[in-house]
Amino acid sequence: MELLEIVRKPWPWYLCGFLLGITVPLLLFQGNKRLSISSNLRHLCAAFFSGGTIFFRYDWKSQLWNLYFAAGILIGGLLAGLWLTSPNPVNISDETFVILNAMGVHDFNEMLPTEVFRWSSLITLRGFIFIVIGGFLVGFGTRYAGGCISSHGLMGLSNLEWTSLVAIIFFMTGGILTTHFLLPLLLNIK
Amino acid sequence: MFRFQSFHLFGVIGTAIITGIISVQIIKRFNLKSMEGQYIKIMPKTFHKGHVFGSLIFGIGWVLTGACPGPMLAQISYGYPVVLITFLSAIAGTWTYGYFRKDLPH
Repeated sequence: MELLEIVRKPWPWYLCGFLLGITVPLLLFQGNKRLSISSNLRHLCAAFFSGGTIFFRYDWKSQLWNLYFAAGILIGGLLAGLWLTSPNPVNISDETFVILNAMGVHDFNEMLPTEVFRWSSLITLRGFIFIVIGGFLVGFGTRYAGGCISSHGLMGLSNLEWTSLVAIIFFMTGGILTTHFLLPLLLNIK
Repeated sequence: MFRFQSFHLFGVIGTAIITGIISVQIIKRFNLKSMEGQYIKIMPKTFHKGHVFGSLIFGIGWVLTGACPGPMLAQISYGYPVVLITFLSAIAGTWTYGYFRKDLPH
């Protein structure tokens, strides 16, 4: 029982980081594949919704491995949710806790604030913005940027590509501006 | 994360990047081959304006949803099925990008 308790606590950052980073060489060794989870969004469009759009007309089936990778993430999440959930509230700093509380977020027992992320939120304007608009911006932005955190942040930086560094800097710029200016406004919408 | 009040996620990403850099350097130094027998060659990407504009847009969505595509999948199966809507919206976003791509600055 003791081992399970240790494993159920949030894992240390250096272990998580290592496990994430090691996917880069593993994919390269498997078959010269670049890590890029966001590409799956493009592959799914190519597979199901290509229409007349040139961007989605390519041999997506050769990238099936990436969809398997994504399936792996689903399986991993499922196993973590079944066996590795921590009974403790989410681990954020005291200062963040105070700020989020002031902005109207009170649920810290789970990984995501369920006040925002639940089915009933979808019919509220706030929920719609966070879930649908937020998701849309992620999907649009990631393809426009040619990648996401995994492809630019991990694969690109691992290969010391300056274009990925530029992308990361602007990911964070967008993120910082949103956190400090947009988020307080949006959390107040009902 | 962007209040810089907690180290954890920076530690995770930092370690991941360092692990990636070291392993890619080892692969390059020793000219290693993949399991399929080919030399590992990583083609760098060419820069375009999307790396700036798209990244900013992604950053906004990233904070709103609290995730990029990978973590979204993990959240769905971990226990937040509503994130499936987020993921479907992301697919819609990608589709919209593909549709308007030639009209956007690159």
